[in-house]
Amino acid sequence: MEKGQNYLVGIFNDEDVLLKAVRQVREKGVKIFEVYTPFPVHGLEDELGYKKTRLPIAAFLFGLTGTILALTMQMWMLGVDWPMIIGGKDFVSLPPFIPVTFELTVLISAFGMVGTFMVVSDLKPYKDPNLFDKRSTDDKHVMAINLGNNSLASDDIKSILSDVGAEEVNETQR
Amino acid sequence: MTEEKYIFQAATKKKLVIVGIVGILLFVAGIVLFPGAEHHGEEHALISVENTDLVASSDETPAATEGHDAHAEEAHHGSSTLVKNIYSNLWVNNVYFAGLAIIGLFFIAIQYAAQAGWSAGIKRVPLAMATWLPIAGVLMLVSWFVVGHDVFHWTHLDLFKEGSDTFDKIINAKKGMWYWPLTDNPSAIPVFFIGRMVLFFGVWYLFFVWIKKQMLAEDLNGGVVHWKKARTLSAVFLVFFGYSSSIAAWDWVMSIDTHWFSTMFGWYVFASWWVTGLSVIALIVVMLKEAGYMKIVNSNHIHDLGKFIFGFSIFWTYIWFSQFMLIYYANIPEETVYFIERLSSSNYVWIFFLNLILNFLLPFLLLMTRDAKRHMSMIKVVTPIIIVGHWFDFYLMVTPGVMQNKGGFGLMEIGMFLIFAVVFLFVTLSNLAKVPLIAKNHPMLEESLDHHI
Repeated sequence: MEKGQNYLVGIFNDEDVLLKAVRQVREKGVKIFEVYTPFPVHGLEDELGYKKTRLPIAAFLFGLTGTILALTMQMWMLGVDWPMIIGGKDFVSLPPFIPVTFELTVLISAFGMVGTFMVVSDLKPYKDPNLFDKRSTDDKHVMAINLGNNSLASDDIKSILSDVGAEEVNETQR
Repeated sequence: MTEEKYIFQAATKKKLVIVGIVGILLFVAGIVLFPGAEHHGEEHALISVENTDLVASSDETPAATEGHDAHAEEAHHGSSTLVKNIYSNLWVNNVYFAGLAIIGLFFIAIQYAAQAGWSAGIKRVPLAMATWLPIAGVLMLVSWFVVGHDVFHWTHLDLFKEGSDTFDKIINAKKGMWYWPLTDNPSAIPVFFIGRMVLFFGVWYLFFVWIKKQMLAEDLNGGVVHWKKARTLSAVFLVFFGYSSSIAAWDWVMSIDTHWFSTMFGWYVFASWWVTGLSVIALIVVMLKEAGYMKIVNSNHIHDLGKFIFGFSIFWTYIWFSQFMLIYYANIPEETVYFIERLSSSNYVWIFFLNLILNFLLPFLLLMTRDAKRHMSMIKVVTPIIIVGHWFDFYLMVTPGVMQNKGGFGLMEIGMFLIFAVVFLFVTLSNLAKVPLIAKNHPMLEESLDHHI
């Protein structure tokens, strides 16, 4: 997030009002920076027009990495570096490798997904949460609008927000 | 919107009849073209060679050889290869379609027991599938007496007679399970075994009738009292099903390979039935939706069905692999014989790997993304793959035990499957048309309408 931008913050009490408000505000050509809610609101991401997440693709690639890593590791360990006869099987035999391969696939795709998510969402330890309004962690929904991204005047957006049911509209800078 | 009734149209019936006739033609063609029908004499030699091979390849402990020597299965074999082929084919379809029926009821029962709301709009489809249950029971019972010795080796009484040439130590140790009470009368039936079959189908059918009664009464009266009664019935049914489905799997499938046993088998058959049943439910729902019915079902419900199919395809693979790897690693001849039979014959080895491709690899890759599970077109691609794939799964459980290395896959198998499928669909769809398609008074219908994932 760039510093020194001016934001309008609309506070909503009810999620149904919020959903309708998001649609109406976007229909009027106002770009919404972000909406913060204390609990998941079904359908909000559709109303906000979010692009589909690409996290599953990352997960698949991480999983594939895990699979390949696990198989090459076991083949090298038990086939090349230190061949051992176990149960009279070949040095490199697939079935006993499957459980380890499965576990590493799951482990690496899970770790990779969490890591990717944290990077993409700009989450890290000791991060300043940068809340527009503290009540979004308790009982209010918060809609933030970056004035720098919108051509409409601040007062016009303010009146739009009040019209669609915002309880209060504040202006902040951060 | 909520008053909807399926009409089993004449055009649909006609299509089904045509498929059925094609099935009969293929079946007859399969019999006429059956390879080597005239070479009956050579059969003995062939099988005994194969048997020696088997013993030799798994001959690592003297005890195992003793068990296999004593078994002398081929001394008994009565019917010709063609008849045996038809019998094993009949048994595969019996078990497969009986599974679809019981999964219909099982699906409803877990929805009630889990108090699930999303499925409120589609419950009539599995309910219609479960109407096949009594037919499956009668078919299974009748076919058991028809296929008799040819499929179930343990039905030979002399196997249990100590001192006789064909006495089999391993099978004799299982006589409490298979042949109880044991008599000298050769025409006696295994009362305990048949009793179990009758009991399972009887109790399953009773629960089906009771749960269906509550579901239909709910349409008329509304309220939550019927839903609560159905939930109680479902919970009791699930406890019974947990035991009976396992025992049914040992009785109807595992006992064909009489010497062999696997402690995973109950789960294995259940997993196979369950994912097939889910695919059939999803396919029927999608087809109904495309025909203009079930408007309250949207991509969220399809997504849930897709997740079910995706998850339980992996579950099936997990069970398959658990069974395979323990046997592979322990390398005990009594156990490995099952996989040697299936991997050493060119008749089965391609099915062995096809099974894994159709039932794991394809569903896993095709249904992995969220969009794939939400789009009806993808569900229409994946579910037939699974439905056919698990037929091969059951084929691979039954046929090698019956036919040894002489089982094949051809027109006869396709024909019989089509005949069974058409009759099954006829029963399902005509029963679906008898009741309202949507449970309009279901207490969770509203939740299902608003379902969003």
